[in-house]
Amino acid sequence: MTGAGRGASVSLSNLERSYDRVAAVAGVSLDILSGEFLTLLGPSGSGKSTTLMMIAGFETPTGGDIAIDGKSVVATPPYRRNIGMVFQNYALFPHLTAADNIGFPLKQRGVGKAEREKLVREALALMQLPDHGERYPRQLSGGQQQRVALARAIVFKPRLLLMDEPLGALDKQLRENLQLEMRRLHADLGITFIYVTHDQEEALTMSDRIAVINAGLVAQVGRPEDLYDRPGSRFVASFLGESNFLPAIVRGIEDDVVVAECEGAIIRALCPGRPATGEKVMLTTRPERIRFADGAFASTAPQNRLSVTVTEAVFAGERCRYMLQARDGTAMVLKEPSSAAIRRRAVGERTEIAWSVADTILV
Amino acid sequence: MPLLLAAPLLLFMLVFYALPVLSMLMRSVNDPNWTLSHYASLTGDTVFLKVFSNTLYTSLTVTAGALLLGYPVALALVRAPRYAPVILILILLPFWTSVLVRSYAWMVLLGRHGLINEALLAAGMGQPLRILNTPLATQIAMVHILLPYMVLPIANALRQIDPSLARAASGLGATPWATFRQITLPLSMPGVAAGVLLVFVLALGFYITPAMVGGTREITLSMLIAQQVDQLNWAYAATLSVVLLATALAIIAAFYRLPGVGHTLRTSAR
Repeated sequence: MTGAGRGASVSLSNLERSYDRVAAVAGVSLDILSGEFLTLLGPSGSGKSTTLMMIAGFETPTGGDIAIDGKSVVATPPYRRNIGMVFQNYALFPHLTAADNIGFPLKQRGVGKAEREKLVREALALMQLPDHGERYPRQLSGGQQQRVALARAIVFKPRLLLMDEPLGALDKQLRENLQLEMRRLHADLGITFIYVTHDQEEALTMSDRIAVINAGLVAQVGRPEDLYDRPGSRFVASFLGESNFLPAIVRGIEDDVVVAECEGAIIRALCPGRPATGEKVMLTTRPERIRFADGAFASTAPQNRLSVTVTEAVFAGERCRYMLQARDGTAMVLKEPSSAAIRRRAVGERTEIAWSVADTILV
Repeated sequence: MPLLLAAPLLLFMLVFYALPVLSMLMRSVNDPNWTLSHYASLTGDTVFLKVFSNTLYTSLTVTAGALLLGYPVALALVRAPRYAPVILILILLPFWTSVLVRSYAWMVLLGRHGLINEALLAAGMGQPLRILNTPLATQIAMVHILLPYMVLPIANALRQIDPSLARAASGLGATPWATFRQITLPLSMPGVAAGVLLVFVLALGFYITPAMVGGTREITLSMLIAQQVDQLNWAYAATLSVVLLATALAIIAAFYRLPGVGHTLRTSAR
């Protein structure tokens, strides 16, 4: 141990995996800190699962290195890596009871029967399944199977837990409960979690940091709020949450703010780089950060403004969702909290929208 | 009614198969008049008892041999998908060849002047081994002929095991051997049971192979039946046939009660 606490640190450097010269993972470099909850988020086929399988040892990298606590594990077979893993379909052993499933990793480590039974009992209690030890996997509900798989993955006290879309097969309600449970478990155990999902909401809710994976590469790494507020690319902006994209032409730069012309209006955006004047760029902003800027808001409305026509209005319970069209045809989405006090907009209505410069990013 | 589509075949089977077999079997109880004496006399019939136990013993050793040789082949078939077509053809090619031809081939191989003995003599052995016309020859040839019936159900059961289970076991610290022992082997047991059942029951009724390569000293039930028919001893032959049929049915019924076996048997043809 490197003394970095109870969780293992994982370092991926230029990790590659190709099948018949097609790269599934094309050079992933990522440092995962001890005790961190890191999520690999990406669409299916992006290489996130393959990356996880390489960390677990089920796939052999065709290039690059994986170091756990500073030591390369590429040549170590999975059964000597001492990593907990929860599979998408749980992979519970159908011929073993829940208790024997959980006891399996302990048995492989030569833990005596009495000690094993004690640890299994504790794990079942931790997962709130104290009376389910003698049941077979097929006699358990999806959520219960999920907990048994989780108990089995942590009962031998690994310092690293890998999870491959473990909540994918569950319904929304259960998924949300388990997300919170997972967070609590992470805090209690203090070990490193690496979590794979394609569900951006799940990633935002649970993670300390998110690595967005696209086409076998890390598109962006950061805290959920940083990724959401300051997406570094068009892909991240559209994959993580919903985004509006506005094509614009750079007209100048004031301090850290780019001044651009868009739909005949002047829009200001935050930008880390220094685009040249006259360059064609893409501005992005989140639908829930735009407001209608007429009526009461007209005078206090934020800086960026645009004239639009409402093309579609959908009442979706907690919020209203409007499809808008700017003058030259660019479609935009606006989300507004639903309140009986706010006037609903009708399709065909012409109005102004406004949003803050801080919520406008050049991608 | 879709069952009506099967009616012509059913009628054919009834007229040309079920009725003749039934009338043949009836001879065990009504030849020359209604009696159970043919069955009663079997209990003290030392020839029958010897032949019956010899038949069971042969079936048992053939089943054991086919299992020991067949399981690794089934595993290879499933684990090495790249070579699966080759392995499958090697298994099935003999399967499509007549039992008669294959038994003749074994005579050529195992005989006193057969390929095996010639090779051994050339290598410096003093005198040829006596293999042909022994129970060993029967067992070798029957294992060869029945091997596909063992390999295919086991491969089918292995194929149905979720591959992520072996991965999970490995990730949880099980060595490849421990994974095989604790996960793969137990989960393949329905296939093993199905293969054992098929091979054992088929071996019980084997006639051509033991008759051709097994010699006349240690004969099987089917050979005894054939002998009795030759001697026009119809009632005795019918009684023996009923015993053979009942034994096979009893074993099939017992195996079908094992969990998973019925399902594996029904799906392994696919």
